[in-house]
Amino acid sequence: MDEHGVRRQQATDHETPGESPDWRSGLVKALLGLAASLVLTLASFWAAGTPLVWGPGVPVLLAALAIGQMGVHLVFFLHVSSGPESTNTILALAFGTFVVALVVFGSIIIMANLDAGMCGMHGSPSCHA
Amino acid sequence: MTTAATVDAVPVSERGPAPRRVIVGYGFWLFLLSDIIVFSAFFAAYAVLAGRTAGGPGGVQLFDRGRVLAETGCLLFSSFACAMMSVAAELRQRGWMVLGAALTFALGAAFLGLELAEFAGMLARGDGPGRSAFLSAFFALVGLHGLHVATGLGWLLVMLAQVFTLGWRPRVAGRLACFALFWHALDIVWIGVFTIVYLGAH
Repeated sequence: MDEHGVRRQQATDHETPGESPDWRSGLVKALLGLAASLVLTLASFWAAGTPLVWGPGVPVLLAALAIGQMGVHLVFFLHVSSGPESTNTILALAFGTFVVALVVFGSIIIMANLDAGMCGMHGSPSCHA
Repeated sequence: MTTAATVDAVPVSERGPAPRRVIVGYGFWLFLLSDIIVFSAFFAAYAVLAGRTAGGPGGVQLFDRGRVLAETGCLLFSSFACAMMSVAAELRQRGWMVLGAALTFALGAAFLGLELAEFAGMLARGDGPGRSAFLSAFFALVGLHGLHVATGLGWLLVMLAQVFTLGWRPRVAGRLACFALFWHALDIVWIGVFTIVYLGAH
């Protein structure tokens, strides 16, 4: 509340206002983003090579870490927030995510079905049943 | 704080048009999302074709995780330098802004160099995009990201030239903010690339 008020007042003072026109908050935000991203990246590379995680669970863990890191980037570097200025941004992001999911999973499902219907390709044995 | 309190008391619907910075940022955000949808088509092609190696080498034989970790580090620290550049630009500190831009550029160029070295090594062994459907999809997806990074490096040089010749005009500052969004979005795409292509290789 108070922070928003301060930011908005500064926004009226400056000619072309920025998100947070002081060194400390900008630096702290970027450092937090960097630290979180480093931890998540190293965790991803660790998870991909470790024998400690059950094999079939590794892709799920990798996906979770990647989505987490994308969230960190959105919040700390792209400055997507819960403030009123971000409402449209978040709506567009939700729609973009929806389209991306449609394209990726739709393609995978359709191509897998087509592939299963193709006879004599890739040595698929279950054709002449 | 009286002004802040009165501004907060006005409902969003009655505050009039949003400032130019917000509108430009939103428009560029829509462009970034459509660019990410383009990437999603390449990701889908890669996901479908990843197993079609046509008897050629697969990802496990081709990819070097150490190199990928170095590439990821380059892009991540480049993103951090870019964030610092944005803060310096908002404070109109040209010296710090140039330092941040130089670090951003150097780390981005290092990333591109590592990627080109990887491509050159694969091509020299005959594992180019013509070898298999898997490699076609690989070169298309990773190459598209590399092209974006190269474009971003060119854009950054143009922005530096504009800051020096035009100074801190509102338009120049707005373009610099858009560049920062672009650069961070490329890092988000790279998270998908290294997770799905490099760490997901089997």
